[in-house]
Amino acid sequence: MHFDVLFHDFAAYTAGGLVYGAIYALIALGYTMVYGVLQLINFAHSEVFMYGTFAVAWVFVALHGTDQVSWSLGKAAPMLLVAVIVAMLVSAGIALLLERVAYRPLMKKGAPKLIALISAIGASFALSEAMGLRDRITGWFGLDGKLSNYVGGARNVYSNPVTIKPHNLFSIGSYNVTDIDVVIIVAALLMMLALDIFVGKTKFGRGIRAVAQDPESASLMGVNSTRVIQVTFLVGGLMAGVAATLYMLKIGSTRQQAGFIFGVKAFTAAVMGGIGNLRGALIGGLILGVVENWGSAVFGSEWKDVVSFVLLVLILLVRPSGILGEALGKARA
Amino acid sequence: MMGTKKTARLLAVAGVAALALSGCGSSGNNASDNTAGGGGKGGCGNYSIAFMGALTGDAGALGVNMINGVKLAVDEYNTKHADCKVTVKPFDSQGSPDKAPALATQIVQDSSIVGLVGPGFSGESLATGKTFFEAGLPSISPSATNVTITQQGWTTWHRVIGNDEAQGNAGAKYLTTTAGAKKVFVVDDAQDYSKGLATVVKKALGGSLAGYDEIQVGQTDMSAVVTKVKASGADAVYYGGYYTEAGLLVKQLRNAGFNGTFMSGDGSEDPAFVKAAGADAAEGALLTAPAGPAPADFGGRVKAAVGADAGLYTTQAYDAANIFLAALDAGKTSHEDINSFIGSYTGDGVSGPIAFDENGDIKQSTIWAYTVKDGKLDTENPTAIK
Repeated sequence: MHFDVLFHDFAAYTAGGLVYGAIYALIALGYTMVYGVLQLINFAHSEVFMYGTFAVAWVFVALHGTDQVSWSLGKAAPMLLVAVIVAMLVSAGIALLLERVAYRPLMKKGAPKLIALISAIGASFALSEAMGLRDRITGWFGLDGKLSNYVGGARNVYSNPVTIKPHNLFSIGSYNVTDIDVVIIVAALLMMLALDIFVGKTKFGRGIRAVAQDPESASLMGVNSTRVIQVTFLVGGLMAGVAATLYMLKIGSTRQQAGFIFGVKAFTAAVMGGIGNLRGALIGGLILGVVENWGSAVFGSEWKDVVSFVLLVLILLVRPSGILGEALGKARA
Repeated sequence: MMGTKKTARLLAVAGVAALALSGCGSSGNNASDNTAGGGGKGGCGNYSIAFMGALTGDAGALGVNMINGVKLAVDEYNTKHADCKVTVKPFDSQGSPDKAPALATQIVQDSSIVGLVGPGFSGESLATGKTFFEAGLPSISPSATNVTITQQGWTTWHRVIGNDEAQGNAGAKYLTTTAGAKKVFVVDDAQDYSKGLATVVKKALGGSLAGYDEIQVGQTDMSAVVTKVKASGADAVYYGGYYTEAGLLVKQLRNAGFNGTFMSGDGSEDPAFVKAAGADAAEGALLTAPAGPAPADFGGRVKAAVGADAGLYTTQAYDAANIFLAALDAGKTSHEDINSFIGSYTGDGVSGPIAFDENGDIKQSTIWAYTVKDGKLDTENPTAIK
């Protein structure tokens, strides 16, 4: 146990953890919203995120080509804006596809939630393997030659040819806060705020809260529950798309299993903060990111995942409903 | 209703029984008893050489390099023996010791396979060595460098590449003497190969070791490691592992302002390292390998045969395949004969002089350091560091 390591660079570990925590928080929103409305854990949300990361890389390959270059954030900004929009659209599209194919038929038949959960797990594997086999799939249409920059090496790591180089803005202790870090945290907070306003103040948001509280009464009140569920998935997908862009901004490479560990961690964050609670997802994500990093400092990086999951167990033992506890349906009108 | 329940139960029992029986049946045949297909020199045995390694996945580029070498060797053999061709049977383990054992079982049950080029990586070698040894199937690995593999007593296991003892020592010596590093931080990803190599480096560094951390395969967030490296005041980092994590690590190190030397071993010595790191961050990185540059025309021959460039381990895999093909040429077809042939083989491969010691290690090897220059891994002009 090396607490001295942690305290020596406390700011660095905390700041680094907040940055990843922001990404976990955005992905956690997708889990928490779907759970709040449907009482369903959407295990395939991790693939919604993963497709978003590929979309970002593909945009850069499409607009810039495959030459490896290194750009500053300012220079990459226009392409990055296109990338975030495309990633949001792709993630939302996958989320809507999931809802239509993997969940709606089961909901219509009144299947138990366990069946929907299994369907989610199956959909998760199907989607991640489809990405891993994209060269074969495009081969069926004879497109694998033309699209080789996008589908080649389908099971290998896929990197953004444009490396976005961070610039130091200011220092906290020994940690240099870079422009990329600031963008990630600010973007995550803005998206969170936007979602809060959407759910709290708009008509659709009221619909979501109504269905979360009581689906039957909500439909008696004239809320179209199918539409509401679609919007829930859509919004979760949009959040995941932003998370995917921020992830690619920070890391720059992705692979077909990239969604898995982020999905599990984000789900953990959602549960820690109170599943079904939007602000809980934010808190959960940030806490998870920070504590994970502290754990890496104290115990060694190989214990990172152990620390995250032990934290989850501890919090649930003490407060089974999660940190903030309240569910989506109980939010103020 | 009762009828369907009973039928369902019957079918379930039958299904389980069928699965159990098929499991029992496959463990039977000891492949070393038969002489692999057609008898003697008369008929064509339709033999094949198996390859097991990472053809896809995080380290997939390396396995593809290897199988290309095997394919070139077999193509050249088949041109000379058009009436009795040899086939290559690839088995994709993704370099994982979890996936390899099931493939090893398949390989030993295939009676047409005379030998295995592989396994590609150390973890999978340790996981499958016993299976191959018990079946008597000879194998020559082009790339598994962990020292402990040849200490297991598997007389069928060989490698045409120098092991990590040599590579780690040479790397540590280079960092402290030539690169002038005073404090070296070592990181690995806990896999057999990576940990083995890093342990040799740590021991060789002695007092120059500034710190150590371990990451996981598939980890993308290296910020904690980066903070530790900076806190330790290290002026060099040695990474034991494969190119994906190495690239991500060096990228995050450079982004955080680390300007020291970055060195890694043969698992990272691939152009995919530059892709994962970005050309800027990869600049100046040193990647060692117990494999030297191939002879001038070799790259062209590989390109003509398989349509891809030669890469790390292509020469080793080519030489390994050629040893099996030479055994077939000499009329050896049984596992024991081929194994003895390998044990007593001496010759000059494109990767260098080849002869095996009693443990299966190659007798002579040189360690080369490759540098990333101008955004490209310079594979033509490495420096010999041992």
